[in-house]
Amino acid sequence: MTGVAATKRPKAGDIWSDRAFRAVALVAGLLVLIILGLIAYTTTSKAWPAFREQGFSFVTSDRWNPNVGQFGALAFIFGTLVSSAIAIAFAVPLSLGIALFITELASKRLRMFVTYVIDLLAAIPSVVYGFWALAVFTTPAKTLYTHLADTLGKLPLLSRLFGGPASGASFMTAGVILAVMIIPIITSLAREVLLTVAQDDKNAAWAMGATRWEMLRVAVFPRVRSGLVGAVMLGLGRAMGETIAVALVIGNSPQITSHLFRTGDSMASVIAHNFPEATGVPRAALIGMGVVLFAITIVVNITARFITRRTARAMGAAR
Amino acid sequence: MSIASPPAPPTASDPNPASSILERALSPRRRVVNNLATAWMMASLLVALVPLAVIVAYVISKGAGVINGDFLIKDLPIITQFAGGGIKPAIVGTVVITGLAALLSIPLGVLAAVYLNEYGRDKPVANVIRFMAGVMTGVPSIVMGLFVATIWVSSGLHRGYSGLAGSLALGALMLPIVIRSSEEMLKLVPDDLRDASDALGARRWRTVLSVALPAALPGIVSGAMLAVARAAGETAPLLFTIGITRSTNANPFRGTNTALSQEIWFNAQTPFAAAKDRAWGEALTLIVIVFVCTVIARLVSSRFAMARR
Repeated sequence: MTGVAATKRPKAGDIWSDRAFRAVALVAGLLVLIILGLIAYTTTSKAWPAFREQGFSFVTSDRWNPNVGQFGALAFIFGTLVSSAIAIAFAVPLSLGIALFITELASKRLRMFVTYVIDLLAAIPSVVYGFWALAVFTTPAKTLYTHLADTLGKLPLLSRLFGGPASGASFMTAGVILAVMIIPIITSLAREVLLTVAQDDKNAAWAMGATRWEMLRVAVFPRVRSGLVGAVMLGLGRAMGETIAVALVIGNSPQITSHLFRTGDSMASVIAHNFPEATGVPRAALIGMGVVLFAITIVVNITARFITRRTARAMGAAR
Repeated sequence: MSIASPPAPPTASDPNPASSILERALSPRRRVVNNLATAWMMASLLVALVPLAVIVAYVISKGAGVINGDFLIKDLPIITQFAGGGIKPAIVGTVVITGLAALLSIPLGVLAAVYLNEYGRDKPVANVIRFMAGVMTGVPSIVMGLFVATIWVSSGLHRGYSGLAGSLALGALMLPIVIRSSEEMLKLVPDDLRDASDALGARRWRTVLSVALPAALPGIVSGAMLAVARAAGETAPLLFTIGITRSTNANPFRGTNTALSQEIWFNAQTPFAAAKDRAWGEALTLIVIVFVCTVIARLVSSRFAMARR
């Protein structure tokens, strides 16, 4: 620092060094928009030959046969949605339970420990989950599914979901593994949302003689409902984009069926398996599948973030 | 920031005799519902711990038998179905590719966070960047792989497979994570410090570089390490970008490469016992790398939390 600088306080941005630094930082920030724009542009343009050949039925036809020029991605879209829906069904009650455990039950020390452990759960690589599930989990899973198909599958309505014959690699297995993988993210988002509730509101409920559950019902849940919806949607977005674990355990045979114990395939999975060897229009079709996946996850993400942002603002205004 | 714990609510399991009067006042239904809710929270945690414990224990038990000195320092075998060889190329690849991705994304991410928190604040452009950085964290990793494969590896630039291509894909994944965590950390730096620096006549960039960033540094390092941990475990962005190799290639700018995650992906799909054993060894090695990054991040941030108090 020179003595000259101390004589007169320059306004921020007045000086070339300041302006340059600010510009560099701004460019780094704009990089986010540039990359997102480039992803949308380059993938769509590379996928164009397949989109042009197939037209809108790219997303409405379930005939996928690249060798004869049929590019209907519906069965893969279906697989992505079904496996993610199963994951959400398992992960949401567990994540919310853990988040409540952290914010309501745990002592300070236990809270740190649990957060730490959930971090480790998030740190296990996707490919390790997938490899473990393929090598270890699919065999007992098949026994379990067969058993369930023999019992639940005999009931009138449930037979449509749980009927046999069951396969170890299936929508259900993919969904269960996905559930484990998205529990950390939903838990940590739900925890943040739960922490926004003012302690005064909770104390008011305690003072009325509420039990813990009653306190949660009257003071906490009404405040955090949309925040939790946002957290779940972000988890859903993560589940739909998850590739490697699903690719190893979903079975890799695309079909549209209500039977959750059967094999299927997902968008990310078919790309991972086939893209390296694909050429020509089939390659464009796989990129097109990526475009569809990108579009779905972006829509889910933007919706989720709008929902959570609105809550954050409403909470801010309430104080 | 300590959250005051609620004034010891009465529960059925509370051994405190003073609360047993209140407890008796609870109707059975209210007590049962409350206990069920408590049981749900505890059971959720236990259920989530099961896969963590089972998977880590299994990977350790399988992987530990495979890993030895040779395994870590030999090149990959020419024929994967037979035992022998090592995984050095994959370890080197993971470290080099992830390291280069960190070098690309961390400085840019921190700069972007500096813009958001020190200059942009509530300006529309800052809000848009902030929002889209959040959206970008949701872009599937395989889409990042496709993106780099189409724009860099195979068309236009015709750069071919290389470690750098993998680093670009991983870096694009890390960038929004680094931006968000760095901005959170810069937000925690009190404005008093910036005002003090301004009062001494420092220019804004000086204030940022010598006051705001140093104060936030441990938190930024912690967030960056978590991003590195996530990137090191990624497979999908590498499948279409780095190619395959059996020999060690420490140069990310030239030639094809490989990585632990990619090797596990290949070996997991083969029917050969030797290849699967190798995959368990690779899985253990990868988990150790990723956990070490995560633990370092936690240690740094907990020291930061203590220093702030």
